[in-house]
This record gives sequence, structure tokens and C-alpha cells, in this order.
Amino acid sequence: MSSPIIKVEQLSKKFVISHESKERYRSLRDEIVTKGRRLVQKQHRNKTEKEEFYALQGVDFEVHQGDRLGIIGRNGAGKSTLLKILSRITEPTSGRITLRGRVASLLEVGTGFHPELTGRENIFLNGAILGMGRKEIRQKFDEIVDFAEVERFLDTPVKRYSSGMYVRLAFAVAAHLEPEILIVDEVLAVGDAQFQKKCLGKMEKVSVDEGRTVLFVSHNMGVIAQLCKTAIWMDKGQMQLLDNVSAVIQKYSSSGYGQNNVYVGTKMDAPANFSLIETYLPDGTLTNSVLFDEDIILKCRIAKNTNLSAMTVGFALLDTLKHKVFTSHFHLERSDLEGRSEIVLQFAIPKRTIVPGFYSFDAALFKVGGEGYEYLSDVCHIEIVDNGHQLSYDANFGSVLVDCKWDFL
Amino acid sequence: MPDELIIEAGASEKHYWLDLWRYRELFYILSWRDIRVRYKQTAIGAAWSIIRPLLTMIIFTIIFGRIAKLPPEGSAPYAIMVYAAMLPWQFFSNALSEASGSLVGNANLITKVYFPRMIVPASSVIVSLVDFGISFLLMLLLLAWYRFVPSWHIVFLPIFTLTAFLASLGTGLYITALNVKYRDFRYIIPFIVQFGLYISPVGFSSSVIPEKWRLLYSLNPMVGVIDGFRWSILGKQKIYMPGFILSNFVILLFCFVGVRYFRKTEKTFADNI
Repeated sequence: MSSPIIKVEQLSKKFVISHESKERYRSLRDEIVTKGRRLVQKQHRNKTEKEEFYALQGVDFEVHQGDRLGIIGRNGAGKSTLLKILSRITEPTSGRITLRGRVASLLEVGTGFHPELTGRENIFLNGAILGMGRKEIRQKFDEIVDFAEVERFLDTPVKRYSSGMYVRLAFAVAAHLEPEILIVDEVLAVGDAQFQKKCLGKMEKVSVDEGRTVLFVSHNMGVIAQLCKTAIWMDKGQMQLLDNVSAVIQKYSSSGYGQNNVYVGTKMDAPANFSLIETYLPDGTLTNSVLFDEDIILKCRIAKNTNLSAMTVGFALLDTLKHKVFTSHFHLERSDLEGRSEIVLQFAIPKRTIVPGFYSFDAALFKVGGEGYEYLSDVCHIEIVDNGHQLSYDANFGSVLVDCKWDFL
Repeated sequence: MPDELIIEAGASEKHYWLDLWRYRELFYILSWRDIRVRYKQTAIGAAWSIIRPLLTMIIFTIIFGRIAKLPPEGSAPYAIMVYAAMLPWQFFSNALSEASGSLVGNANLITKVYFPRMIVPASSVIVSLVDFGISFLLMLLLLAWYRFVPSWHIVFLPIFTLTAFLASLGTGLYITALNVKYRDFRYIIPFIVQFGLYISPVGFSSSVIPEKWRLLYSLNPMVGVIDGFRWSILGKQKIYMPGFILSNFVILLFCFVGVRYFRKTEKTFADNI
């Protein structure tokens, strides 16, 4: 294998947080006031409390030509800092990166556009900011104008552009950028959904068709899974895992960010109640995050506190708006209940049925046509994670995908 | 494969000047942008760089020349003597006020794209240089109006323009960096500029300064620049050499300190801004 296009060795970035000033900027006035105060009361030299904080610590990885690397992690895990160091906006504190190619980032729409300048002028300006030479821009000028569909307004100041034209022009310039390494930070590329989609499309094209290297930061696991081959999971400034994308997403998702994925019941005064509800993967690991490709196993323990002749256990899946997606019931007969103080049940939601997203459950114990023993609302939060089925891409698939029977007539 | 780039702590330090060269295209384009934007509303933009020095020159001529009856330099009309000083002074003060806000004004670029940050304040100094050029044309008109023929010394004018440029850049870089660090510094800049106008020999000849104070007075870098301008446009009058050398030395010192301080703080601009 050829030498890596990006080689990151023991990269660290330290920030010093001063607890003295709460404001973002220091002002000269404050500085003078503090210095003056120190002069007057010398013995009171209040040591400014400083705390060191590592945004990145000992990060090591290599990226090869044509790789598409996703970077995932919670907010503050160091993803954006890593990209900022890679694009040289800030310097690392220690460690080194070796780059063998031109790096460029897809930025927020119109970064560096000047409203007073015309479309033509802004193409040159924006191109230069993104790292293109004048020659290069001149070569691609017609292409860019075509792509943006703004020929008629080339000599109008962009402040008179409609927002649609503005976005098209900005994107057209970015789309004609040809770096060896393309960096896309979702946080930087915010803007309208339309633009994001275009960016993603462009990324795919750039890496798949042209063999360029792409680094991509996103919170959208579905998009990461679809676009990237490998991924890094960052946590607290350190690299937790570098592996193929589905393995990383799996590990990251099951690292337990929801604490309320297990329901533990305490109520003992009803005739019957849930004592435990949990969700599992088919292989038996406890999780609150399941891939779209996997069955979801729900286990529940029911405590029976009195003699009951029959009971129904019901579960409903709720979407994020707390609407019921479906309900499933299980009837317990006298024979099932007799002589037991605890009943343990499990059921499986078939894979490839629930559209990726966040869900929770309502759980109920009741007697058909009769009294209800317990009703739990909104317990066991789970996430169904898209692992590359284009389901995160477009808007609305509803909540359930049904494998209907199709036939030719 | 394209050449290798190594990023590590202090790496940009090593090939900073090389980087500055590599990013020259961006420098041209940012300067060009600033110039375009400045003269976009041509009526106000270009006229402003004529009206301002012209009005100041008229007022200074009346106050210092007519009312206070300060002596002119040699045979030159007082108005021309004032205007010859007005040129570098306007350049310096414009550059200072433009540069100081430039980094904060371009914060969205600085937090998102890498380039040697010095490009930004430098390009605003260039804009002031264009203003200077326009004001210079008015100078030619004034010379024609007064039928005053400048001496052959005028061939040295580019050199003094360069020293004016260096003085503006050095001071500008320092103030720009301070402005990023302390956001209230920008309130001080108009004050410095206004104050400077009176402590620099703009409205009067530096020869009115008593001999024993002259060397001290030359610590002001603009004294050297203005004396140089007057010498090359008006001719005749001799330059006070020790002061002139000291002034130019101070300019070089300012440049050195300005660049150093800017470089030192530059790395943290993106974190601070």
C-alpha cells in the first residue's frame, strides 16, 4: 500500500481556561483595573485559576488516498478541533500531521462573499478564499456560472440576489473546488437542508468517482454509514475506535447515552406490575440502540402480587412525537399464571420494519374488558440506527416499512 | 504526489514567509476586494480621499500660516508645505484605522480558512495606499495652481513613500493584534490618530521646534517621513540629519516589534476572535 495521504501522530491540543474572566473577550479596561488593583493590594495577589483542558489527546490514525472517513462522537469530543487542526486554522499543542495533498473545506454558504460585490467578483473572491488560483477560477468560470444559473445577474451585486441564487452561486464555487483532501464539517456546512443535501451528493461524487479523500463529521449516523467506509469514534478528545463504519457506529451507539433505556418498577400495591423492562440485541447484549438491520428484543419481568385468572400484556411503540406507531398484545391464561409470582416475557420487533429514528414504549398490564393494573408511558427509549439504507436522506417514510406482497399482473 | 505538508506545534513558524508568498493570490484578491468595496460608491469613495486632505490643508494653512504666522519652509507656499505633509499623514492615519478593524471584520474568514493572517491588515494598508495615490494627484494640481516646480529631489519620493508604508504597516500590525486581544482598544485608535496629527509636523514645519528638543521630537516616526516628503517635494530646506536617522530607526523598530507581536498572537486569533 502506498504511503498514507494523511498521517496523524500523537496529536494533542490543549486549551487553557482561565476562570478569572467569564467574558469571551478581554478588554483593556478590565486589564487595567485588575493590574491597578494588584498594585494597590500586593498581598492579595489573587492567583488566577487556570485549568488545562485537552480538546485532543494523543490521537493517532492514518488515512489513505480515496478513503472516506467519518468522524463521530458527542458534542465536545474533539471532532471539530481535529478538523480545525487539519485545515490549519489552529495549531496543535503537540504531535504532528503529515499531509500529502491540498486540503479544502466545504464551508457555510457564502463564507467570504461580499454583498457589495457583483456575482462575477464574488466568484473570484470566494474561489481564492477556498484556495483556488486565479487561473484555475478563470478556467472553470463558465462552468461555475452554468452550474449556478446566474448568467443574467453576473454583474449585479450579490446583495440584490435572492437567497436561492446566493446559495446556488456559493455552492457552485465550492463544487468546483478540486482538493486532494476534502473536509466537511456538518457544523460548518449548516444552511438549508437543500444545501446540505447537495453537499453530500457532491461529497459522494468527489470520493467515489474521482478517488479523492474525504473527512466527514456529522451527527447523522445514517449519512455517515452511507458515505463513509471507515470511521473514527472520538470521545473526550481521544480516539476510541477506528474501524469499518458499521462496527464503529454500532459501538458508539451502544455506548449508552440514554440512561433511561431500562425501566425498573417499584410499585408493588397493584395486582400486577412491571418490575423490569429492557431492550436487547439478538445476541443478548443490553442496548438502547439497534441497527435497522437487527431485530429488537424487548424483555420484561412482571411481578404478580395477587391471584389473577387472566391478564394481557400490551406494548406500544411511540415515535418522538409520542404518537403510537403500533401496538402488540400478549394474552396470559390461567395456566400461564398459576403458581408463579413472576412472569418473564420477551418479544421481537422484526428487523427492517421500523424506520430509523428515536422511539420509546408504552407498556400496559390489564384485563380485557376489565380493569387496568398498570400503565407505563414513554419508557425504554431506544434509537434505531440507519446503517446505510438512504432512510436518513429524504424526509418522510412514515414510521413503519411493511414488506408488502407485490405481484405482476 | 504533491509536496508534503507537516502540521505540528510551531511548524507554521518555520515557513511563515514562504506561506506568505504562497498565499499572495489571496492577498491580491483581498486587497482588490477592499479597494472595490471602498470605491464602489465612486462619488463618495474617491471624492473622500480628496476632500478630506484638501479641507484639512485649507484649515491648517489658515490657522498655522495666516493666524499663527508660522514660517513656511523656504520659498514654498504654506499650502503646499502643509499638503506635502498631509499626504503621508493621511496615509498613515487611514492605514491605522482601516487595519485595526480588519481582523475583527474578517472574523468569519479567520475562524474557517487558513492563510497567513498578516494578509488581512496588509491589504487594508494597500487600500490606504490607493487613497494616497488619489490624494497625490491633487498634489500635482496644487503645484500647477501655485506654479511651483518641485526640485529634482522628487525622484526620492518613492523611497519616502516606502518608509511611510513601513511605518503604517508596523504600527498597523501591532494595533490590529491588540484590537483582537482587547476589544475596547478600538476606542483608543481615533484618539491616537487625532492626537498624532498635532504632535506630528503636519500643520507646521519641523524647523519651528527648538533645536534642543528636536532629537526627542524625532522619536515620532512620522517626523522622519514628513521631513522626507517635504524635502523631496519642496527641495531647498536641509534635513535635520540626526533626527531623520532616528525617526527611520524608530520606523524599523516599530516594524520589527509590530511583526513580532502580530506573529506571536496570530496563532491564537482563531481561538480568540
